[in-house]
Amino acid sequence: MVGGARTLTERFNVVTTSIRAKATTVSQLARPLRRSPRRRRPTTRAPYWFVAPSVAMLLVFGILPVLVAAIVSLTNMDIGDLASPTHAHFIGLQNYRQLFGDSAFWQALRNTVLFVAVGVPVIMVISLAIALGLSRSESRLYRALRALYFLPAITAIVAISLIWGYLYNSQFGVLNYLLSTVGVSPVEWLGNSNLGRASVAAVGIWRATGLDIIIFLAAIMGVPQEYSEAAAIDGAGRWRTTFSVTIPLIRYALFFVAVTTVINWLQFFDEAFVLNQGRPNPATTSLSLYIYQEGFKFNQFGFASAGSVALFALIAAVTALQLRLRKSDD
Amino acid sequence: MTRRFNIRAVAAAGALTLVALIAAFPFLWMIATSFKTLPETVSSPPTFLPAHPTWAAYRRLFDELAYARYLANTLILVAIGYVGLVLMAMAGYGFAKYRFRGRGTLFMLVLATMMVPAQVTMIPTYLILNFAHLTNTITGMALPGLVVAFNIFLLTQFMSTIPDEVLEAARIDGAGELRIFLQIVLPLSRPILAVQAILTFIAGWNSFLWPLIVANDESKYTLSVGLSLLNRQTTVDPPLQMAGASLMVIPIVIVFLLFQRHIVRGFTLSGLK
Repeated sequence: MVGGARTLTERFNVVTTSIRAKATTVSQLARPLRRSPRRRRPTTRAPYWFVAPSVAMLLVFGILPVLVAAIVSLTNMDIGDLASPTHAHFIGLQNYRQLFGDSAFWQALRNTVLFVAVGVPVIMVISLAIALGLSRSESRLYRALRALYFLPAITAIVAISLIWGYLYNSQFGVLNYLLSTVGVSPVEWLGNSNLGRASVAAVGIWRATGLDIIIFLAAIMGVPQEYSEAAAIDGAGRWRTTFSVTIPLIRYALFFVAVTTVINWLQFFDEAFVLNQGRPNPATTSLSLYIYQEGFKFNQFGFASAGSVALFALIAAVTALQLRLRKSDD
Repeated sequence: MTRRFNIRAVAAAGALTLVALIAAFPFLWMIATSFKTLPETVSSPPTFLPAHPTWAAYRRLFDELAYARYLANTLILVAIGYVGLVLMAMAGYGFAKYRFRGRGTLFMLVLATMMVPAQVTMIPTYLILNFAHLTNTITGMALPGLVVAFNIFLLTQFMSTIPDEVLEAARIDGAGELRIFLQIVLPLSRPILAVQAILTFIAGWNSFLWPLIVANDESKYTLSVGLSLLNRQTTVDPPLQMAGASLMVIPIVIVFLLFQRHIVRGFTLSGLK
């Protein structure tokens, strides 16, 4: 089974295909299994035993919560109802009215949109540039570099926040020291300001590039050599080949990364939560963080559920829009 | 090769190395700081290498904080994750190699859960866990992420490449369905299981949101929650914080470096064509 003699390029080829498979999953919902297995003895009940535990788990923790969120968002449920759910009752669309009247919600929405609008393009450009560079060679050095670039992606967010919190520290952080060497006075990197927003986003960008670089690299290495050779024969230089041959040929990976990165950044949470050490900072509070704070700090489950339903609607709408744009592109 | 090309290649390699070192700088800084003394870490100008390297910060994690407890809880959480892997492998086999009523609908349902963002399920899942009396338990932290639709999808794709003849032959020899799964399907799926095993370890080790939400007592904290506690403490103690961070990062890096090749190969063999 194990194709030991396969070249790295061939491997990456397959990874590219797997990325394609991921990207098309959503649109393939209508015909989930392409490869239909052969006839099986019809009497056996075995398959149900095999799939039941997983399906049950996904029903309870994947499907049921959406329904619960929709219902809870119509109630005034709070922490007290966990012990005895007696005083919770339906209050109609009250939570949604309160949500849309809350200036903190709109601030969180603006922050989230800003994170997506800045973060996603920056991540894609940086990842693509590094992946194009890394695809030049398969030497030992380049393989080591790949591992270095991947490091932030597999590191626990809490560790990341501690490390960056120390780098950003306004009294003895390295960044302020570097500023002082060029005569700039110390700045508050994580304050309630645009700089605070940028600092949090920078960590998110740093963390997100690792995986995207690997995906792009796989896609680039999956482009058959003949295409760039043909371009070279036609007199195209390296830049021209990159922009006119390679990038158009990996548009599937570009699309996949764009969709997943947008979804991830619409859910932006970890960096903002841990870098501000759990203290609310209006400049960096994303929608997810807003929901978390309302739900778990202030224990307003009904109100926070209304926020999560709104976030879900936003993500679903943006994803649907992207899929539609993709379709019209083909 | 022309000379110009060589210069370009060297320049590209140099630039990539430089950027990689900048990207990796926070990690190097973390490790260096964890071996420093407290005064050294808050002094100006900062030093890169510790002047008097010491393990003191690591010792304090275990002596002054309950790090041994956090570590044990984290390992339990990772172990429960492997139960999930078994469940997902079973589901993958069921979907890949049997044809049964409702198969298409159920598989569609599995895939549909991939589109639901974590934050939407956050509060309802907490309510469900509370209803089941699973808050403040490690099981409660593990359950929400135990079964991941995308992993089932990958396993299904891989297992559908196992030849039916092999399974048919085993059936003719009188093997039961469970025995076929355990003794034929699982060994044949080793490459994809290796990847899944690594990813399961990383996911369990790093998981933060559910341990944070579910754990109330310090006795239930995992490494990630304990570490976030270090972050909140008012006294600033960089060596202690960086030692805690190093303890979380270094095992993952070792696991990743050891099994890097399996990750690539597993993706290769998952045969998503």
